[in-house]
Amino acid sequence: MLFTSYGFILFLCIVIGLYYTIPKRFQWKLLLVASFVFYYFSGWSNLLYISVTIVSTYLIGVKLGNLDKQQKSYLKEHKDTLSPEEKKAYKERIKVKRWRWLLLCLIFNLGILAVIKYTNFAIANINHIFTLFKMNELSFVNLVMPMGISFYTFQTMGYIIDVYRGKYEPERNIGKLALFVSFFPQLIQGPISRFDDLSKSLYEEHHFDAKNFAFGFQRVLWGYFKKLVIADRIVAAVLEITKNPETYDGIFVLVGMVYYAIQLYADFTGGIDITIGIAQMLGIKVTENFNRPFFSKSITEYWRRWHITMGTWFRDYIFYPLSVCKPMLNISKSSRKRFGEEIGKRIPVYLSTITVWFTTGLWHGASWNFIVWGLLNGVVILVSQEFEPLYAKFHERFNVANTFGFRLFQVIRTFLLMSSLRILDCYRDVGVSFRMFGSMFTKLNFNELFNGSLLKLGLDVYDYIVIIIGVIVMLSVSLAQRSGSVREKIAGKPVIIRYTVFVLLFFSIIIFGAYGIGFDRNQFIYNQF
Amino acid sequence: MKKKIISFVILILVVVTLGWLLQKLLMPKYMTKIVEGALISEYYDEKNKDHDIIFIGDCEVYENFSPITLWEEYGITSYIRGSAQQLIWHSYYILEDTLKYEKPDVVVFSVLSMMYDTPQKEAYNRMSIDGLPLSLTKIKMAKASMLPEEDLITYIFPLLRYHSRWKELSEEDFKYWFKEDQIAHNGYLMRVDVKPAGSFPKPRKLADYRFGDICYEYLDKIVKLCKDNGINLVLLKAPSLYPHWYDEWDEQIVDYAKKNDLLYINMLDHLEQIGLDYSTDTYDAGLHLNLSGAEKASVFLGKILQKEFNLVDKRQDEDLKAVWQEKIDAYYKMKEEQYKELEEYGYLLKFNLKRAEEDNRQQ
Repeated sequence: MLFTSYGFILFLCIVIGLYYTIPKRFQWKLLLVASFVFYYFSGWSNLLYISVTIVSTYLIGVKLGNLDKQQKSYLKEHKDTLSPEEKKAYKERIKVKRWRWLLLCLIFNLGILAVIKYTNFAIANINHIFTLFKMNELSFVNLVMPMGISFYTFQTMGYIIDVYRGKYEPERNIGKLALFVSFFPQLIQGPISRFDDLSKSLYEEHHFDAKNFAFGFQRVLWGYFKKLVIADRIVAAVLEITKNPETYDGIFVLVGMVYYAIQLYADFTGGIDITIGIAQMLGIKVTENFNRPFFSKSITEYWRRWHITMGTWFRDYIFYPLSVCKPMLNISKSSRKRFGEEIGKRIPVYLSTITVWFTTGLWHGASWNFIVWGLLNGVVILVSQEFEPLYAKFHERFNVANTFGFRLFQVIRTFLLMSSLRILDCYRDVGVSFRMFGSMFTKLNFNELFNGSLLKLGLDVYDYIVIIIGVIVMLSVSLAQRSGSVREKIAGKPVIIRYTVFVLLFFSIIIFGAYGIGFDRNQFIYNQF
Repeated sequence: MKKKIISFVILILVVVTLGWLLQKLLMPKYMTKIVEGALISEYYDEKNKDHDIIFIGDCEVYENFSPITLWEEYGITSYIRGSAQQLIWHSYYILEDTLKYEKPDVVVFSVLSMMYDTPQKEAYNRMSIDGLPLSLTKIKMAKASMLPEEDLITYIFPLLRYHSRWKELSEEDFKYWFKEDQIAHNGYLMRVDVKPAGSFPKPRKLADYRFGDICYEYLDKIVKLCKDNGINLVLLKAPSLYPHWYDEWDEQIVDYAKKNDLLYINMLDHLEQIGLDYSTDTYDAGLHLNLSGAEKASVFLGKILQKEFNLVDKRQDEDLKAVWQEKIDAYYKMKEEQYKELEEYGYLLKFNLKRAEEDNRQQ
């Protein structure tokens, strides 16, 4: 069930209607049932995968909690009889046990994700090698990827690691844990929530709050506007350009790159707006996933503001643990010895960064283009870091750092840089992507922008008008957000202005949205991950 | 609080009104080119919904029979509830909806639609369904007719289907935003132009001549609906030469009519009696009759129906006479206009817009 389907809107109306009419203590149970019903529509077999993840994470979470309790009570009970060495040895035993349980949970669940998502990728690569040696190729397996598996797997793994770290107690009600994992608005494209952020508002009783409900509804509408009016309209040109690299090279690659950046932003942030808006209508607070990323002045800043929950997940559960793990500390030690303090201290950072970005790429998709995309992001970030002192000197010398023009330059530079890297996402083929990127410099002909070619990309003049107005509105909202919540600002206006804004937004989605017959129903891009 | 509720109610009213206005604007008007799309909704503007005969079916009814002729010749009141490629389930639900307004003595069903057992094109669904007022019947009809890519809700709120027409809005959409012209005469779509019948491709052999189960299922439903309402059902094959009406199909209808004690008229068997001349009585080489052909076919059919079902000649009914005189005037006015157009341009403008545009450009 897609967010943009009529079925989903009907489903949502029913859920919200019931949510505020049933006794409050049943609200979270209703959401659990609704989430499973929602997931059922993506294929009943998918329910099996998510259920296995929920049950295994629940059982191991409880086990970790029990071991922790057992340790505490044992140590308390034998406080006077155990020597410090015995206590230490006992703690170590429990630690090893807990570590094994955690490892089991991670291997099991990440194993499911790996098998489903990466088996065919692995086979394809093995077949390449087999072909070199003229060996028989392996056949591909037919595995259907359950919707949102990357998101819910990461969310549950974050939960189990936090339980292991003792950040919070494990959830002992399997229904509640199941709701945390499967909460339907965020099931298919995130955000990747943390248990301690989401659980409280997920399980507590909610009274109908008109303002909160209205704000949530407005956010949902805003999400639909971005998705249906902008993303799903511009996608025609993106597909036309990227599916026909032989026809559209040079300037069209640049056009496609910018269009794709607009599409991806409108699509993904639109989806997240719908998610957060629906949750808000239910009285639940979901973590923000974006903070106006296209206003970033560097790639590092961009990644702090784009898909925030994914970035922090990789930071907290891969980068930090990797940076302080024993083998890495050993590498750090030996590289300092071998290459000196300056270079030696950088090597572990490089290794952790590259590993994180390799994993990020792999998480986005089981193909080389995503891996290369991830690695390039890592490389660009490291290079930027290395050049930081140089930049500082430049800023000091020319005193431009705080000028509007320079800040604008930085924003445009970051946008173009990120969009260039996304070419790998557009063409889905490493070779083609690099060739197309190169053609931007070798076959650049600006005249092609004015000879009517732009109108042959599946968009007519009217489409362009809608897209341009849509982008201006989107940009204006982002600019207005710098000084606080736009919804709060609108709420402070007279009722006639408030309602006019609402009516305009509502009917612009209905009339100018790219949906229904004549338009392909485009999935949200991040559904695929 | 009271103020908030009032303003909220006003907001809802504004949204509903704007939605309705936009829907009216964006829905196709079918006033030129594909005028067939306007046929279904016209019935609901009819003041005198009390007819002796109701026709249901596709172009074989709305192009081939003239209710005005039936009135003028026999004093029979009739209405054609036809639409382009009306499939049998369309016909059933249109009849069900019609029976909410009136109980005719006779229902004439064009059996050509028995040849289709699956929905064909969304455009035809739209032309048959959109014109019905919103009701359970309409919803059931849409459910029975939808192609996989269609959504039921777009039949309830057609704005969701036609929203993207904002790009192609023309003068016609604004002109007929709130009031459309009447394009048919009690459901009959008049054309006076002539294109003699030529040769048709040889009918291809079919793998299976049996009508689909779903068609029989709906035919049974039509029979039952008529029986339950005390209506005489007539099965009719109109005198169109194409698509080919196979003997195997005819036999099945003969058998069905016999089994259900129904009158079946295959007008293709009576071409001489009707007096049809396919060099002058068709406007598209034998697929459909033109006005002269339709009048001849109506004279033939009216005679049989009046005799079989003792339909009273109502020409002396003063009230009806006045109502029908208005219709007759409109009928002859359009006939005259069409002949005038033919004389002036050599073709009918409304049905040849592209040609008219080209001619205009050349001038």
